[in-house]
Amino acid sequence: MIRRSSIWIFLLCILFNSSLIAQDDLLSLLDEEQEVETVEKSLWKAQRLINGHTTKTRAAGELEFIIMHRFGQINTGIDDLFGLDFANIRFSFEYGISDRLTLGLGRSSFEKIYDGFAKYSILQQGDRSPVALSWFSSIAVRTADKPTFSEDKFVDRTAYTHQLLIARKLSDKASVLFVPSYVHRNRVEHDQENDYFALGIGGRYKLNPRVSLITEYYLGLTKEESDLYNNSFGIGVEIETGGHVFQLTFTNSRSMVEKGFITETTGAWQDGDIHFGFNLSRTF
Amino acid sequence: MKRGLVIVSMLLIGCSLFGQRYFTRTGEIKFFSEAPMENIEAVNNKVLCIIDLDKGQVAVDLLIKSFEFEKKLMQEHFNENYMESSKIPKATFKGQFEVPDDLKELENGEYVVDVTGEITIHGIKQPLNTPVMLRIREGQIESSFEFMVKVEDHEIEIPNLVIDNIAEEILVSVNLTLEPYKR
Repeated sequence: MIRRSSIWIFLLCILFNSSLIAQDDLLSLLDEEQEVETVEKSLWKAQRLINGHTTKTRAAGELEFIIMHRFGQINTGIDDLFGLDFANIRFSFEYGISDRLTLGLGRSSFEKIYDGFAKYSILQQGDRSPVALSWFSSIAVRTADKPTFSEDKFVDRTAYTHQLLIARKLSDKASVLFVPSYVHRNRVEHDQENDYFALGIGGRYKLNPRVSLITEYYLGLTKEESDLYNNSFGIGVEIETGGHVFQLTFTNSRSMVEKGFITETTGAWQDGDIHFGFNLSRTF
Repeated sequence: MKRGLVIVSMLLIGCSLFGQRYFTRTGEIKFFSEAPMENIEAVNNKVLCIIDLDKGQVAVDLLIKSFEFEKKLMQEHFNENYMESSKIPKATFKGQFEVPDDLKELENGEYVVDVTGEITIHGIKQPLNTPVMLRIREGQIESSFEFMVKVEDHEIEIPNLVIDNIAEEILVSVNLTLEPYKR
């Protein structure tokens, strides 16, 4: 009896020992010990895609300065040098209060709009969530007078935008973005709606580590009597050079604030109402 | 009694087969790039390292994403543009060295061994030979050493625009405290 159980123990020990020495290659042993980091941080290089925001926020203490230009319409021809004679500008300072919360202040020459926004990164893409989620809220105040409004008080000049930004990095090269959006304008023309819903769809495709193709489309979901306004569509190229991100864009929108390009885009691509423009971002 | 002896002796044989392995998962690797425009510095405190004193083998495994920079933007560029860490998440090293008898016996003291091996960064394998200091103290192995890595050797592309910002050769310093490896 003793002998038989000894044999069993012997065999067990051999098995036990061989399982210990099985991992002879030290590198594959370390490979098993290594915990894999799954959080995906670099879905986008910039806080803007074309006009609209991405899920990206600035890291704590980072200050980003953005200059955006939209020239006149290309279809004005050689007389206006394809729109280059006219330019709208928006510049802004955007600061990372924490790694999740970014606050920004901007000024646009078009309609002389001041805008302020807060963007909060709710979730990062990774093991716990298949998508990155951010919340965006902004207020825009028009300081240029609107002749059609007889009385134009402060409340008449303000508009609010709230967006849930949903993004996923599909591969090393491709990222997509969905943006359910709600815009509230305190005062509108009689054939417009105060409350406006839209769905933004965007994406980027990296051609190499520093150059990407970018595109963005905002589909208006609220039907208005007015047929003056179109959905905003833009395409562009994004080039990153260390601390700078350049985005060269073509879009039918003149405005660079949410309430403007989402609800009040007048240009039509099919008619050639296309504005060339660029966004230049510098992070300090 | 007999059975007990058999078990003990088997386990002992097993242990000696298993060998003297020392391990850490909190090793520190720093790198430093000195260039005219700016110095770049980063540290990784989650480096895995294992040393087998019987066979004179060593292996290192680290995640590129675990390198921490003071500037988060620099860290992003390091991962996205230079190391392509979502495609190539790791850097590794595998090497051998002659084990002096005293080191095998774990006698307290400092030993310098010549490690020859292969370092893999950005997916590109290169030979690496470097003297490594090992200090035995109270059953632990402490080690610190430095070596240079050429950016070009590992096909890490630096665009002309920022060529003044990044040194061609990067100083890597390693700091490890290894304890007996238990499974």
